[in-house]
Amino acid sequence: MAEIHWMTAMELAAALESGDLSSREITEALVARTDALDETLGTYLHRTTERALAEAGEADARRKAGEAKSRFDGVPLAYKDLFITKGVPTTSGSKILKGFVPPYDATVVARSHEAGLPMLGKLNMDEFAMGSSTENSGYQLTRNPWDTERVPGGSSGGSAAAVASGMTPWAWGTDTGGSIRQPASLCSLVGVKPTYGFVSRYGMIAFASSLDQAGPLTRTVADSAALLEIAAGHDEMDSTSIPGDRPALLDGIDGGIDGLRIGVVKEFSGAGSDPGVTTLIDQAYARLEKLGATIEEVSLPSFEHGIPAYYLIAPAECSSNLARFDGVRYGARVEGDDIIRMTSRTRAQGFGPEVKRRIMLGTYALSAGYYDAYYGKAQKVRTLITSDLAAAYEKVDLIASPTSPTTAFKLGERTDDPMAMYLSDIFTVPVNLAGNAAISVPAGLSPDDGLPVGLQLIAKSLDEPTMFKAAYAFEQDLGFATSDKGRPPL
Amino acid sequence: MTDTQTDIYTTTVGLEIHVELATASKMFCGCRVAFGGDPNTRTCPVCLGMPGSLPVPNEKAIEFTMKIGLALGCTIAEHSLFHRKNYFYPDMPKNYQISQYDSPLCYGGAVEVVGDWGTHPVGITRVHLEEDTGKSIHIGGGGRIADSDYSLEDFNRAGTPLVEIVSEPDIRSADEARAFVTELRATIEALGVSDVRMEEGSMRVDANVSVRRKGEKEYGAKVEVKNMNSIRSVIRALEHEEERQRKALDAGEILIQETRHFDEKSGVTSSMRTKEYAFDYRYFPEPDMVPFEPSAGWVDSIKDSLPESPTTRRERFAREYGLGVKDVGVLTSSLKAAQWFEAAAGAYEGDAKKVVNWIIADLFGLLNEAGLELWESKISPVQLAALVTLIDSGKISGKQAKLVLQGMFESGDDPEKVIAEKGLEQVSDEGAIEAVVDDVIAENAEAAGKVRSGNLGTIGFLVGQVMKKSKGKANPQMVNELLRRKLS
Repeated sequence: MAEIHWMTAMELAAALESGDLSSREITEALVARTDALDETLGTYLHRTTERALAEAGEADARRKAGEAKSRFDGVPLAYKDLFITKGVPTTSGSKILKGFVPPYDATVVARSHEAGLPMLGKLNMDEFAMGSSTENSGYQLTRNPWDTERVPGGSSGGSAAAVASGMTPWAWGTDTGGSIRQPASLCSLVGVKPTYGFVSRYGMIAFASSLDQAGPLTRTVADSAALLEIAAGHDEMDSTSIPGDRPALLDGIDGGIDGLRIGVVKEFSGAGSDPGVTTLIDQAYARLEKLGATIEEVSLPSFEHGIPAYYLIAPAECSSNLARFDGVRYGARVEGDDIIRMTSRTRAQGFGPEVKRRIMLGTYALSAGYYDAYYGKAQKVRTLITSDLAAAYEKVDLIASPTSPTTAFKLGERTDDPMAMYLSDIFTVPVNLAGNAAISVPAGLSPDDGLPVGLQLIAKSLDEPTMFKAAYAFEQDLGFATSDKGRPPL
Repeated sequence: MTDTQTDIYTTTVGLEIHVELATASKMFCGCRVAFGGDPNTRTCPVCLGMPGSLPVPNEKAIEFTMKIGLALGCTIAEHSLFHRKNYFYPDMPKNYQISQYDSPLCYGGAVEVVGDWGTHPVGITRVHLEEDTGKSIHIGGGGRIADSDYSLEDFNRAGTPLVEIVSEPDIRSADEARAFVTELRATIEALGVSDVRMEEGSMRVDANVSVRRKGEKEYGAKVEVKNMNSIRSVIRALEHEEERQRKALDAGEILIQETRHFDEKSGVTSSMRTKEYAFDYRYFPEPDMVPFEPSAGWVDSIKDSLPESPTTRRERFAREYGLGVKDVGVLTSSLKAAQWFEAAAGAYEGDAKKVVNWIIADLFGLLNEAGLELWESKISPVQLAALVTLIDSGKISGKQAKLVLQGMFESGDDPEKVIAEKGLEQVSDEGAIEAVVDDVIAENAEAAGKVRSGNLGTIGFLVGQVMKKSKGKANPQMVNELLRRKLS
């Protein structure tokens, strides 16, 4: 058997089922792996080792009694620190929530718990999910397991680095403009941004409500499908969650892509991507064709306005969503002579510079006299992007692109240049604006720098099954993800 | 107010009325809606604005709002949505209020107010739905946030569904405002969607008041008056504010747009903030909820379920009972009063006007003295009807009935019991009366002679003597007839 820490969730589930491994053994191995690596990588903000071991013991007892809660009962899991976890400190990477211990569980957490997944801990992230490198965390740096001088991407950088280094087989992340897919790409992982409303947002600390979605970060496509199935579905606590049942994702994932029509975005070709990225993505298109898909060019002219529109809508929503952090009821408080000074000081000291920048941007965009020119205009662009995409799907079944224009960049390289940082998400942001589903799947290592490159496949709303089928076919044919070459040199 | 002032100035008032809905649960979570209770005992992550929590709209609250809108003659929007109103205040858990902005659920209605001026329509601009805030209790420094030592927050009320009703500036006096608020309260009470208790804050009234010289086209500076906690304080505050603005204009002052606070004790308004501090609420569509489109079927079923409106009831009372405007106004001032009257009128077989007269002329006097409302009286509608029936049948005289009513009011007993206890039964037994009449004729031969010789004016004296002798119990009509017969 392979080393436990490199086993996929599917493999671990099989080993639990056959009795080859116990949940306790698995959990202990992952804890040991984390003990060995996390000082260097800085992925966890809060570890819940005792709880994980206790939950693992319970899972083993259930299996013994033939009462396993699910196929994955006993396969451990970790969460981006943006998910509310009852009784476990939750900060969303911000100092303003230092010491906050929530009284309830996010729906994603509750459903994962119901499936019997022991909780290993809470993972680092850019503060309130604002960033593409995890360098905006209010607490610590997270390093890319492929090169510890480089960023893991962000904002779900802690989740990506933990999964990529074998500290956990899978983790929950969130994606507002690329925060799952871009770190997945930079760490050679599978990362999924489901259709808006596919997974409940209840208990996700909101950044931009109309864009946020929870999704898995895993080492294989099947693991992503499996984790998504565990939490997906309507939730009456989230009125934006889509009513009705969700399609099966694991079942039929190996159905192949013969005859599938895949579009490549005309406006994306050579849009500032690294040559190494372009080379690998072109190879990926060729592979998809070889597997029976047809590749054709689609034009999405509104996509070039995605970043500007996103950087009005997301800050506008965040300026309102983050107003509740005022020192009155929970989290950090910096005392002042009166309520205004207390709240001002708490926010001045509690929020980091990027969060403040976005609150100011958003406040301005919503101000009387500017609303129409900024927020209103951005919403129009959003409508245009959505209708452009809908038109493209009359011709094709999926749209393919690079996930990120570059491989992992050096720590500190873009921290003083917000615009360069924002452009990390140029290929991912339009998907959030339109609400569609997308996946990033490892496409190999760049010939330029030997760092991972990810292929993005964008599906129609609620067409996750087609997306998973294509990603699975590609992954299996490439044979990279679970090979030694697909693992970081740790 | 002097006559000259009414000649010179015109007053314009628009009202903004907030009504807490009596739904079982809050607007966006499952917490129970109730008044009072230990602080922060009816809260959850949603109404506390905990990170990660999300609002889920209460369908019943939307239905109740549409009920109010339809009862006020509004159109229901085909497409409506919630907006966020952003401002910082410690009793607002999210530091934004989920409210409605440019797409209110109901718009364009009207209410008729009735009074000495006749009937006057007041337009309803909009009726929208939002969430209530928590309550701040400022400790020290005179109870104001600015100079208090510290503040306590109670979030039990936070998230209670709140309906805002905005009137057009069609109200022309404090008395019309009173009539409007009374009308609105009766309408909403009849719908059963709110307690509408101003004292408990389940109905709150803010007023925009402006005074201008007659003939001027532009409205005067708009002054918002807050903190009026009863209908009486609405009248007091508006009369004071009207007077204040007139005096200021008389003195050549320029009035400014501002918000003023009404002080219940002194009866005076004082400035809270001027427009320089006007907030920019940065309204934008609430992204945590999807827009909603009430189906025509839903709207129609609500329309069909509406109870009789006060206007319709007034028309019906006038028609069915032949009552004048004033009586109708008194009897329809609240649903409970109207129901009480109809129960009494229904139990009475004669002309309902007689019942009305007993309510308005006599019962109200007793109620006012005791500080009670009609429906709080110990007398039941059926008992009042029985009393009037007893008068009709000659069992008691009208004069005696007043005493009986007094007795019923005190004890709650049936009129028959009160009559028996007080020995007030009227004697209508002809033999018994005849004996007394004969005695009186014998004792007053001179007067009897006068009547016999045609001087009928003297008969009244003899009737009086009979009544005196019978201790008021003899049926006066029978006494009169017997005297006439015997002395003809």
